[in-house]
Amino acid sequence: MKISKFLLSIVLIACLVMAISLPAYAAKVIKIGVIGPMNFVQGKGHWNGATMAAEEINARGGLWVGKKKMKVELVKADSNEFLSITDATNAMELLLTRHKVDFIVGGFRTEAVLAMQDMAMDYKKIFIGCGAASDEICTRVAKDYNTYKYWFRQTPINSTFLGKATFIHLGTVGAIMKKYLHIPKIKVAIVAAKAMWTEGVVKVSPVILPKMGMEVVGVWRPSPVATDVTAELSAIQRSGAHIIFNWFSASAGITFARQAGELKIPAAMVGINVEAQKDSFWEATQGMGNYVMTLNTYARGVEPTGLTAPFMNRYIERFGETPAYTADTYAAIIYNLAPVIEEAETLNSDKLVAIMENREFAVPSGKFAYAKDAEGRHLHDVKWGPGYITALGVQWQDGKLKGVWPNRWKAAKGAPEITYKGIVPYKIAPWIIEKYKK
Amino acid sequence: MILDIIISGLINGSVYALLAIGFSLIFGAARIVNLAHTAFYMVASYCIYYGTHKMGIHPVLAMLAAIILITLIGLVCYKLFINPIREHEAAVLIATIALAMAMQEIMLLIFTGDFLSVPALVKGYLQIIGVKIAYQQLLTICVALLILAGVWALLKKTKLGLAIRSTAQDREVANLMGMNESRVAMITMGVSVGLAAFAGAVVAPLAVVNPHMWMHPLIMMLAVVVLGGLGSLKGSFAGAYILGFAESLVVFLLPMGAFLKGSVALSIMILVLLIRPEGLFGVAFEEER
Repeated sequence: MKISKFLLSIVLIACLVMAISLPAYAAKVIKIGVIGPMNFVQGKGHWNGATMAAEEINARGGLWVGKKKMKVELVKADSNEFLSITDATNAMELLLTRHKVDFIVGGFRTEAVLAMQDMAMDYKKIFIGCGAASDEICTRVAKDYNTYKYWFRQTPINSTFLGKATFIHLGTVGAIMKKYLHIPKIKVAIVAAKAMWTEGVVKVSPVILPKMGMEVVGVWRPSPVATDVTAELSAIQRSGAHIIFNWFSASAGITFARQAGELKIPAAMVGINVEAQKDSFWEATQGMGNYVMTLNTYARGVEPTGLTAPFMNRYIERFGETPAYTADTYAAIIYNLAPVIEEAETLNSDKLVAIMENREFAVPSGKFAYAKDAEGRHLHDVKWGPGYITALGVQWQDGKLKGVWPNRWKAAKGAPEITYKGIVPYKIAPWIIEKYKK
Repeated sequence: MILDIIISGLINGSVYALLAIGFSLIFGAARIVNLAHTAFYMVASYCIYYGTHKMGIHPVLAMLAAIILITLIGLVCYKLFINPIREHEAAVLIATIALAMAMQEIMLLIFTGDFLSVPALVKGYLQIIGVKIAYQQLLTICVALLILAGVWALLKKTKLGLAIRSTAQDREVANLMGMNESRVAMITMGVSVGLAAFAGAVVAPLAVVNPHMWMHPLIMMLAVVVLGGLGSLKGSFAGAYILGFAESLVVFLLPMGAFLKGSVALSIMILVLLIRPEGLFGVAFEEER
């Protein structure tokens, strides 16, 4: 009797344990950590893009991992990296230890991403960067492949390529101004916020611009969060600059564009102004940011690939705004991670890395592939150039952000011209025409 | 170039003067170091943004509403957080910085970290010998001068001003003379926060509205009042313009180091403190009182 009671208890406990653990096993999901500054536009982009991707995957029942279909579950992590790198590393720690995510997408500020990258690598988790541009993050892969091979960049193109693309934009605008305003030699004022990512361009611009037939009239380095730049603008105007080659990633980009527009400084603004990439720029500058040109990933109506319009339309319909480049968490999950998981039939990072680094595939912003360095070592960095991701040159034209580059762009002599569908001509601001038109 | 430096110096200085006057007033009169002063300016900017963009009211009306609302909030904050610990200066410092952080987080929760803006009261610019000045900046210079005159008149020509000055000179004697010292301090706090809101109304169209917009002005404002002499209105005014001109000089003479303009201004403050620890007008103010 005693034995049968004991056996019955054992059976009951076993049933209870199975009842608890079986559903958990059956409901096993692919956990993707989405990390970014969630109170800011960049983090919202990370989350929105990932949300769209997860919804699409789950709507079709999930991903095949071998013979098992698994749904995607997102875990949101606010890195607060604009204000505190410690907050960013804490958020990453939570993703890795408490939530035990399988993959991570996101990150924005280089200084924070470098720290978060190390943590993800320690746990051998694939971390797809969707925000930071510094070359250093990817050269780490080449230098120490075994440690950093789990890192991949999805967006943007690296700082060197961003530089190349913006020099092309500068040359394009310079040529237009020369042609229409009959300016014999274009004078350029370089304005770069004092930040790590702008150091390279400040160093090379005075060397490259004379080779492009332009004259550098000065270099100004305001604070990235400067609240007043009228003194800089007065000095630039005095210098006689025709173009302001500007590099901003924080609030100073709004201040600069707004005050330059308010004072009608007769110089075209070209470069990278992260704030000018957003829909909110027009309102933030009270319309004074008209004619500002910046490098960007997306613009309404511009279609580098057949995937662009469907993605843009769905995103705008769902979130009511143009996707920021950080919304490429969508591409990172849907086009990069998902097919690789299904092909590898596993979530094992090492097996996935081997497939990921050798793929070529289309994403909404262009054709995607991972680049190698001059020695043929894997960088896990985005390949840039004709036929691949090129980024766009966009300009604010009367309240709308229009794509203006590539417009009949030839990467080299004899190379085919590239013009994306939806590109419109660049416009010179009327007060610049008024000042220089002879 | 000299004219450029003078004009940009005047503009920068006026913005700092506007912020420093209210801060200096409450310290001079009630010995309260209100580190939340520029946070009130930040909240005022958000109120104006909300009024103009979300409620669609005229900017001037939004500014008036913001000034009244922020003054009331300031008074409530004084009653709840500052008055009970007024006697402990270190506690006041901690409480006001905590208050500022709380206001920042509340704005971050409501409006997120997006960069916003409010419309200028006067659009366009004026050109003086090749130097362009936005009308809004001219307005800032005029308002800074008017506010200084107004505060001076309040202190020197009204009974309230007399009460403020008396309590500032000797709280106990003022009490014995029948003045409600606590009420005077509260009214001074109201005027001070009202001035912060007013500064917000005038300066906000020149700034990018965001939850962290109070930090840099706080540092500059502290530099201004320490440079001018803590609690001295005259000193704050002079300090504001000295730092304003120093910043302009850096931008024009050292364009590659334009980002250092804040550091240079703070270095000047340290230098002055080393030579004259009471600040430029510290002693004069003590005598004045």
